[in-house]
Amino acid sequence: MRLRLITLLTVCLLLCSGTLQASVTLEAFTFTNVDEEQRFKDLIEELRCLVCQNQSLIDSDAELAHDLRAEVYGMMQAGDSDAQIVDFLVARYGDFVLYSPPVKPSTWLIWFGPFVLLLVAALLLFRSLRRQQQAPQQDISDADRQRLEQIMTDSNADEDHQP
Amino acid sequence: MSRYLRYLTPLLLFLLLAGLLYRGLSLDPKIVPSPLIGKPMPAFTLPRLADAGATISDTDLKGKVSALNIWATWCVSCRAEHEVLLELARTGKVDIYGLNYKDNRADAQRWLTQLGDPYIANAFDADGRTGIDWGVYGAPETFIMDKDGIIRHKHIGPLTREALVQEILPLIARLEAAQ
Repeated sequence: MRLRLITLLTVCLLLCSGTLQASVTLEAFTFTNVDEEQRFKDLIEELRCLVCQNQSLIDSDAELAHDLRAEVYGMMQAGDSDAQIVDFLVARYGDFVLYSPPVKPSTWLIWFGPFVLLLVAALLLFRSLRRQQQAPQQDISDADRQRLEQIMTDSNADEDHQP
Repeated sequence: MSRYLRYLTPLLLFLLLAGLLYRGLSLDPKIVPSPLIGKPMPAFTLPRLADAGATISDTDLKGKVSALNIWATWCVSCRAEHEVLLELARTGKVDIYGLNYKDNRADAQRWLTQLGDPYIANAFDADGRTGIDWGVYGAPETFIMDKDGIIRHKHIGPLTREALVQEILPLIARLEAAQ
């Protein structure tokens, strides 16, 4: 019981420290309401920092991330839509700035590849199942059948003996 | 035939995968291809590094094959490539401009006095706004533009003698020869 409580507390602490860490690099941007702040956070969470490539703009403390956050904030204040802000960054830094790549011919393999593989696997499975069904049932020899019956009756007899 | 195919399939799949992975070995994830290649250079008007009263703009770079080198005194690799920039300038084959990126003016001026100045002129981008327009994510970076001001090449990271001989100089010669 006590151990469980300690585990629970540890998990809570870990989770909290995670969120603290994520927000610690954010500059003191001022927002008129909570929705706007959430919109800003959602936006910079989906944008990659190109300096430290496995971090989003919300996580990164790189100089460029500071600049780009300010840029995104400025564009938001100027009334630009999310799409306009994303387009602005893609035009300069390429699709790599997006954590989820857009669907276009060069990314079809990423988006549809797994489904194509699934389909191929399903087809192969279907084919091999059908082949198994269509294969002639191999009958066992009379000698084997007799042995089988013998075994069955023996084991039935064993069961009968059990209490 | 189909029997052979059955045995060959795993081999083919293996070769395909090995090919892909081998290709992956030679890709540097730090080098992100610029979407600006083939597009006109982003417009800018900035104060000059040498003289805060004078400005320099993208139109200054047009009408000839030009290079724009993004650098700063805080950038260690910029120092490493400086020799190569000087060498490129000495060939006289291309006008090198500089974008002094998020730097201190006095430091940058001292740098050029001490290490030599390969640039025709430098733009002073104090807040890095022009850098963002050019998709700069880490100095040094070097862009090569054709006579119409279309960006033809971006070299990410310090210029090396190897890159100069194998890529930059042949490209400049091709762009010079065009039209």
